[in-house]
Amino acid sequence: MNRFLPRMLMAPAVVTLFLWMIVPLVMTIYFSLIRYNLMQPEAAGFIGLENFEYFVTDPSFGAAVTNTLLLLGSVILITTLGGIALALLIDEPFPGRGIVRILLISPFFVMPTVNALLWKHMMMNPIYGVLAQVWEFFGATPVDWLTDWPLWSVIVMVSWQWLPFATLIFITALQSMNREQIEASHMDGATYLQQLRYLYIPHLGRSIAVVVMIEMIFLLSVFAEIYTTTGGGPGDASTNVAFLIFKQALLNFDAGVASAGALFAVVLANIAAVFLIRMVGKNLDK
Amino acid sequence: MTQAPKISMTPQLALRTFVAWFFTLLLFFPLGWLILTAFKTELQAISVPPLFVFPPTLENFTEVQERSDYFSYAKNSLITSVLSTVLGLMLAAPAAYSMAFFKSKRTKDILMWMLSTKMMPAVGALVPIYVLAQLSGLLDTRLALIIVFTLSNLPIMVWMLYSHFKDIPSEILEASRMDGATLWQEFRYVLTPLAMGGLASTGLLCLVLSWNEAFWSLNLSAAKAGTLATLIASYSSPEGLFWAKLSAASLMAIAPIVVFGWFSQKQLVQGLTFGAVK
Repeated sequence: MNRFLPRMLMAPAVVTLFLWMIVPLVMTIYFSLIRYNLMQPEAAGFIGLENFEYFVTDPSFGAAVTNTLLLLGSVILITTLGGIALALLIDEPFPGRGIVRILLISPFFVMPTVNALLWKHMMMNPIYGVLAQVWEFFGATPVDWLTDWPLWSVIVMVSWQWLPFATLIFITALQSMNREQIEASHMDGATYLQQLRYLYIPHLGRSIAVVVMIEMIFLLSVFAEIYTTTGGGPGDASTNVAFLIFKQALLNFDAGVASAGALFAVVLANIAAVFLIRMVGKNLDK
Repeated sequence: MTQAPKISMTPQLALRTFVAWFFTLLLFFPLGWLILTAFKTELQAISVPPLFVFPPTLENFTEVQERSDYFSYAKNSLITSVLSTVLGLMLAAPAAYSMAFFKSKRTKDILMWMLSTKMMPAVGALVPIYVLAQLSGLLDTRLALIIVFTLSNLPIMVWMLYSHFKDIPSEILEASRMDGATLWQEFRYVLTPLAMGGLASTGLLCLVLSWNEAFWSLNLSAAKAGTLATLIASYSSPEGLFWAKLSAASLMAIAPIVVFGWFSQKQLVQGLTFGAVK
């Protein structure tokens, strides 16, 4: 086979993806340099870097960046640690293991809008929500989660969705553990903690890389959970960069500023990507 | 699963069973509660203390259908997710084949570049895509959603397929080529059967992602092409206690994909690890 055919086969995917990337990018750069308000289309014109200045000096901006990173970091931490713990717990057979597996994976398939509304109303409502009633049962004052702890509420929702995913990846990885090795270490008097430190955790290295990578891809742009519950508030308490751009574009109708923000998000994503590619490249190379 | 036929109950095992079930039920609880609430009346749904036993009612489901035409949204969800999956596979499979079996120096760079496009938050492209959809008259059409879903899943699909294909020994494909198989025959009769697992898990994942996709469907579609994700989001705006109906609508929106997920979870997870975890 000549060299031409492989390229032809690759072309449709590469070309469409390239267009998907470059057309919006060029348009975004253009929009970010002009005055472009969807409500006042006549007031257009080149304004240089004004939109960038506006977006970056917006007091919401700092909060949004912090929230994005906090959300990303917390969810990755919670799901990785929780996932490893759960996977170790159900690694060996016990009665009902098959059903446990099915029940555990379920939240992963729940769409983000349902996830958000379920938690907002039925779990976190300060009067009728299940959590409020549990609090009351123990004699504590119920918490108004979405008002007092908005970002953490979002973190809980997103973690609930991604914990099953991490758990299942780790379960799959544990299945290929060398049982004889564990047996032998047990014979030699290794404690469970030592087994964890020297056998289990090193074995899980690759799968931890996979979990971090996939979650990073999906969590940099958490949107539906914020949109349906807190609307970014109160104030900017739960606004991430994705939601801030959305607010500028479709709530303030300022496409120019939103585009400047989008370019910033692209830069942020690329920093994350470089970091990721380093890490994953090392771990996925065979 | 790999459950041994007979397990002797030691105290240690009993403890582990208890702890495992405890955490599982804790994590499943919100979903279980949603299912229960869907069969309650509105009054029962907000009763203090919460009700666990009650005469179930189906009223909520009929009311959701009457009020917001569930089936039209479900149809949109089904059409957009199935077609974007098919389209995605058609684009991704040849690319992954070419990358896995005709490696060049740039293959790795192309793969990384693809992944980096996926890292870009969708919202970065919101204004341009919105403007393009508006200009081309595709706003609030299923076609717009299909295109967008396909493209946003494409990098992951290429990656997944690539990691499956590269585990297949290329000698088998070369042998078929020696025997005079055309490219299509090679693809159809040699590669496809060998890579069935990979193709299936890639397709499954894409289906789940598209079904649950919320960002683009919230921003690009409304009443006409709206998917189930948008139907549910529309229940968030008016304050007021109508949790039973909300739960019923939610249950109807997630049930197809959750049940589907239960049956395909093993396939799916294998695929999602990009072949890095065996």
